[in-house]
Amino acid sequence: MATPTFPKKPAGRVNATPVAYTLRNAEVKSYLPEVVRGVGVSMKNFLDNTREMLRGERPDPVLDRFDDGITTISYPEQKRPYPERFRGVHRLTTRADGSMRCVACLCCSTACPAQCIFIEAGEYPEGDSRRGYERYPVKFVVDELRCIFCGYCVEACPCDAIRMDTGNHAVPYDSRDQFIYDRDLLLSLQGRDGTFETANPRHEPGEPTHPGVTREHEH
Amino acid sequence: MSAAEVIWAVVKILIMVAFVLNLAGILTWADRRQSAMIQHRIGPNRAVVKIFGKEFRLLGLLHTAADGIKFFTKEDFMPPRADPLLFMLAPIISMAAVFTLLAAIPFGDTICPHQFWVHFPNIFTGPAVQRWGSCPADPRNGYFPIDLTIAPLSVGLLYIFAMAGQGIIGAAIAGWASDNKFSLMGALRAASQMVSYEVTLGMSLIGAMMIYGTIRLDDMVRWQSDHAWGIFVQPLAFFLFFAASVAENKRIPFDLPEAESELVSGYFTEYAGMKFGMFYFAEYAEIVTGSMLLVTIFLGGWALPFLHRDGLTISFGSVQIVRSLVPHVWMTAFGVLAFFAKVVVVCWIQAFVRWSLPRFRYDQLMKLGWKILLPLSLGNILVTGVVWLAIDQAGPAWSNALGFAADATQAFVAIAIAYLLIRAVIGLLTPVKHKHTMLGSSAEEAAKSGGTKATPMQA
Repeated sequence: MATPTFPKKPAGRVNATPVAYTLRNAEVKSYLPEVVRGVGVSMKNFLDNTREMLRGERPDPVLDRFDDGITTISYPEQKRPYPERFRGVHRLTTRADGSMRCVACLCCSTACPAQCIFIEAGEYPEGDSRRGYERYPVKFVVDELRCIFCGYCVEACPCDAIRMDTGNHAVPYDSRDQFIYDRDLLLSLQGRDGTFETANPRHEPGEPTHPGVTREHEH
Repeated sequence: MSAAEVIWAVVKILIMVAFVLNLAGILTWADRRQSAMIQHRIGPNRAVVKIFGKEFRLLGLLHTAADGIKFFTKEDFMPPRADPLLFMLAPIISMAAVFTLLAAIPFGDTICPHQFWVHFPNIFTGPAVQRWGSCPADPRNGYFPIDLTIAPLSVGLLYIFAMAGQGIIGAAIAGWASDNKFSLMGALRAASQMVSYEVTLGMSLIGAMMIYGTIRLDDMVRWQSDHAWGIFVQPLAFFLFFAASVAENKRIPFDLPEAESELVSGYFTEYAGMKFGMFYFAEYAEIVTGSMLLVTIFLGGWALPFLHRDGLTISFGSVQIVRSLVPHVWMTAFGVLAFFAKVVVVCWIQAFVRWSLPRFRYDQLMKLGWKILLPLSLGNILVTGVVWLAIDQAGPAWSNALGFAADATQAFVAIAIAYLLIRAVIGLLTPVKHKHTMLGSSAEEAAKSGGTKATPMQA
């Protein structure tokens, strides 16, 4: 069996940076100067931070978070601003008259990969102008424990009725049933703009902007 | 012992014990809060008490109270095969060792009640006492000088070493009685470490004893008041004593006995509830007593530069510059306040050491103790003895020069204290400079909506 041959080391200087060894001089070995220096650094940090706390000049935890100083966010009182498209807890939007926008088409529950949305559709009562034209959810339940916050329900919704723009993330609760958000709870949540509606206008039948059939057709 | 003496003893005990207990409690808070300030954190601030609907957080001070409540309400657990008597005894010994030590520490100059009685209505404006004279004791009228020491022992320092040594027994018994191998190892480490550093602790003070010519702690303070503070006379001994006392307290960088990463928490692993609380509290009380000893022996005790028993006297050598007499009651009050203030400052500095240094390895610890600190302390005794003998043999010109140098150190201390106080005030008045670096999209987002405070963007 032939002995393997390795390529020879290149002649001359090896192109590498030398590693600096720890100095072993008297200053390092006596340990004390470094102790004093270390305590000095601690003391400087302490005095600076204490002075900031006393004067109420702490750096803003978000704007100056790369600065020196205490940039801790005290969570429930202070919160990190989420980006505009942050997907938070769902809400059901309303129309201008306060009725819910959802038409119970089941698109969201169909699109949901976690199957966390349950909808029971119902007809509007006799005499309502929307009867036969739209339906409404008798039950609309989102299981926030199952939800994976993918946002597919929002994408799937043809009516802009379900949105994830509350800006709240799912809150920790004591029991599982508290995570089951029902229709009225979802309707009571506000968007970040503080309203229960959405920025997209809904074109009701009969309005000049409405493109399709009217509610007054025979069925 | 007359009734008045008993009452005074009780008062002195109350002052000293109340101070140590309160400062130990505050130190548990300061340790957390100070470490937070060092490491750019906020630290504990959540404990809250509601009075009439108003919330009080007191900068997190209430966490100490919350800890106390927790200690008292926790299960009083004992391992099934532990030795019940020794298990109970260990925290008591640890605590007792710290508190008996307080008896010999002077916290103020001797009070002359005679002075008050003679000038009764004008206590605050009356004449001063003699600087070197003793108080007139008149047992018939109940005048007797009041030493501001709980027990003014003639063996002062020896008593303190005897009592400080008892702390080892507490730690060793705790580890033995717990029936836990980690506890036992922690106890062995504690015992060997404390025994090793006790030697340095004692040896480093022999030079100081030679110079002061006494082992009474109050006489040591008087010597420092008349000459120079111990830190200038025995600088090496000061450092050795400081290092050894930190090691005796078993605190970082010498916290091998309770090394969390190796031994869970050392000899008190099995302790819960208030028994653990007693160990915990004894550790912080030990910091206070250690600082008290350091202050008494090296930092002038109750003495302040140029302030003596009779008032302010600024003199260099034989040249007297300022002299004004101050009533006895003021000087006593200054002394007591100065002592306690110095103790607080030394405790504060000890916390910085704890939060700056990494832990030693065990062999490094033993090497430091036996091969470096102990030879240094022995060398210190030798050098001190030789120099002391040489000064004794030298002529009066030398002793005059030394007297002048001693006064110069007093002036140095006075100027240093004044400078630090002025710097602190100036520092508090100047705003903090910030270099703003805004990076990241969320920061830009927040800036657009006007900062992070109360905006709709805030979720």
